[in-house]
Amino acid sequence: MSEQQVQEAAFSPAEAQDQPLLSVRHLKIWYELKRFGFLHAGYVKAVDDVTFDLPRGEAIAVVGESGCGKSSLMKAILGLVHPHDGQILFEGKDIWEGGNAAMREYRMKVGYVQQDPYGALPPFMTIRRILEEPLILAGIKDKEERMERVIRSLEEVKVTPPSDFLNKYPHMLSGGQQQRVVIARALIRNPKMLIADEPVSMLDASVRVEILKLLDEVQQERHLSVIYITHDLSTVRYFSKRIFVMYAGKLIEKASTYEILHNPKHPYSWALLNAISDPLAENATKLRDIPPGEPPSLITPPPGCRFHPRCQKAIQGLCEVEVPPHFSVAPNHDVACWLYREEAEA
Amino acid sequence: MGFLKSFFRELRYYPSAIVGTLIILALLSLAVYAVVAIPYHRAVFLWRGTSDVWYRNPKMVPPEWVNYFRSKKLPTTVDLDSRQQGLVQRNEKKLGKGKQIDLTYTFNYTADEFPPEVVLYFYPTYASKQPFVSGEWLTPDGRKIRLGNFSVTSGYSFHVGQDKDIARRLRRMLGVDIPPGLGLFVDPASLPKDTSQPVDQKALRPLKGRYTVHISAITFGPQDDIQAELLVYGGVHGIAGTDHLRRDLTVGLLWGAPVAMAFGLISALVIGLATMIIAAVGVWYGGVVDDLIQRITEINMVLPFLPILIMVGIFVSRSLWMIMLVTIALSIFGAGIKSYRAMFLQLRESPYIEAAQAYGAGDGRIIFLYLIPRILPMLIPGFISAIPSFVFLEASLAVLGIGDPVLPTWGKIIQDAQANAALYKGLYYWILEPSVLLMVTGLGFALLGFALDRIFNPRLRQE
Repeated sequence: MSEQQVQEAAFSPAEAQDQPLLSVRHLKIWYELKRFGFLHAGYVKAVDDVTFDLPRGEAIAVVGESGCGKSSLMKAILGLVHPHDGQILFEGKDIWEGGNAAMREYRMKVGYVQQDPYGALPPFMTIRRILEEPLILAGIKDKEERMERVIRSLEEVKVTPPSDFLNKYPHMLSGGQQQRVVIARALIRNPKMLIADEPVSMLDASVRVEILKLLDEVQQERHLSVIYITHDLSTVRYFSKRIFVMYAGKLIEKASTYEILHNPKHPYSWALLNAISDPLAENATKLRDIPPGEPPSLITPPPGCRFHPRCQKAIQGLCEVEVPPHFSVAPNHDVACWLYREEAEA
Repeated sequence: MGFLKSFFRELRYYPSAIVGTLIILALLSLAVYAVVAIPYHRAVFLWRGTSDVWYRNPKMVPPEWVNYFRSKKLPTTVDLDSRQQGLVQRNEKKLGKGKQIDLTYTFNYTADEFPPEVVLYFYPTYASKQPFVSGEWLTPDGRKIRLGNFSVTSGYSFHVGQDKDIARRLRRMLGVDIPPGLGLFVDPASLPKDTSQPVDQKALRPLKGRYTVHISAITFGPQDDIQAELLVYGGVHGIAGTDHLRRDLTVGLLWGAPVAMAFGLISALVIGLATMIIAAVGVWYGGVVDDLIQRITEINMVLPFLPILIMVGIFVSRSLWMIMLVTIALSIFGAGIKSYRAMFLQLRESPYIEAAQAYGAGDGRIIFLYLIPRILPMLIPGFISAIPSFVFLEASLAVLGIGDPVLPTWGKIIQDAQANAALYKGLYYWILEPSVLLMVTGLGFALLGFALDRIFNPRLRQE
């Protein structure tokens, strides 16, 4: 343990820069189903063989519809769910190796912004107490120092003047202010990585952009790595450089935001993009071309490509038999679809 | 904590809460007063009631204030002790080797009823030969009745009201058969004219006025002396009356307050908190821990509570603290676990708990700083309402005969009253006093509890 730390300390800054902050390797989150409380009855494969890297200082977005496993992925990255298989490496170390102490140290470096700002704040604590908690857990004993950091973080998220809010309870704040406090709490320990789980989906449209801009600013200023999880492609472009599209527990397309928005490859990505609502009058009477059916069961997912039962371009004899690997169709653009097998080979 | 402050502010709008709080404060100050005024060991000693502690009190008489509601007033106790200065006129003169000592007791009798007992207690000191005493009773209308001649030993008491010789003398004087206790005080005008009929005691009236008792004693040694105390017992006593052991019920009723409060508060608080913590721990850790807690609870819930308590009372100890310990032990794993568990299960999934986990809060921190504080305010009304049920439990157990053997409690007073047929004898005060205190306690906590419940459960508020 200590040797490893010494080794890490010996890394040159350049080397450290090359190493991705977070690497997810063949991650599987399977929840066991039980019959009569003790008999094994299969697994819910919420996340199945997901691999990706998160470079330092970069923002990525994980996009997918409800129930595709993006929340499970996020919980696994936060260390709240033990993976069935696979690894989550943070700065080159598996977060589950090294026991409680290592996990605590890892959590110090990760911030978490949740979907429902009111639910994310303990209703019986004052704003000051809420923001102090992570500092107390970080072992900061000096009350004045804690207070100073609380005020600084409130100023950073533009809940000003902080003195007006310190002794308020969450229910006295507006939704936008609550979410700012949640962001302040996530940032108060100067984390290296921020995980934002649909941070604006429960907010009024008028505050969404402000919150997204705030997150973007913070990300730029602090050179933060951000994983932004959402089901809404329309909010993605505000700050993430890369987008991962998730479907039924698998990442099916990884590309830059521009690529996904302008040149989606996977039929599902294309459909997802097509489903973005545009407030145009003509859309009221126009029927959209969306794939039929529903996302598959995660207990018994379809064989081969999990999208094939809904895919209009499915190749008979291939798509329903073999799981598609990731084909690189362009630099930094991977897609898990048999349609691009020749393109990638070429 | 601002949470609590705001709800205390809201309490003011509920008159029932104010009344309830006042009652509870009154009971608490009564309890504090009892403990300060009569220390524990003194209370236990008084309540044990060895014969020399309470002999000056009449037996089983109602409190003094009943006279306000009666047309025929009951007498209060007359206690004239020659050992105390100024109560008794004392004359001594030399007589041979010893002395002749004359003691004159005078008292004014104004009650409309007869005293239940008249007793003379003698306290002689002598070297070899017992002093010789003779007594004389003088009524207000000037009649003289000889009480008799007797030699007295230490601790000798002469029950004037039951003496056969006096009865004989009274028969000679009044012409009727009459117990001396009545005969010494009776107004001759109230006696029936027809002396052949038995006396109707209800028709008799005491003669009001100044009574005098002369005691004349002869001692035989140079150092010998004699003192005597005349006790004309009253028909009322103190502010609470007395019981079958002449104990002043004030002591029991006063000390019942701290005992009831301690039993109720400690039981309700310990059970409430322990149940909540156990439920939270079970829910948070889940799995085997939760299963174990649930199974223990289910087994415990079908155990018969009262028979176990009675068994412990008989075979182990009837001490109040033992009974409280068993009550707590049997109640912790009760229905509370189930209902708290339902609340915690819902709470466990809330995002703020997930956030706390994500920023590194440990299990203990989450249970005590995140789960419990969330539901604590909702449970305060329950705690308050649970207190009187434990007070009543203690009283019920005492009535069933498993009350604390040394401490006075309200339940034990009721049990004494029941064992001595208080209701049959018309001694209602004996049962009513502790019962009213119990009811007032219940009322106080119930009023406060209901108001708190309305504050925390806005659905109960009337529009």
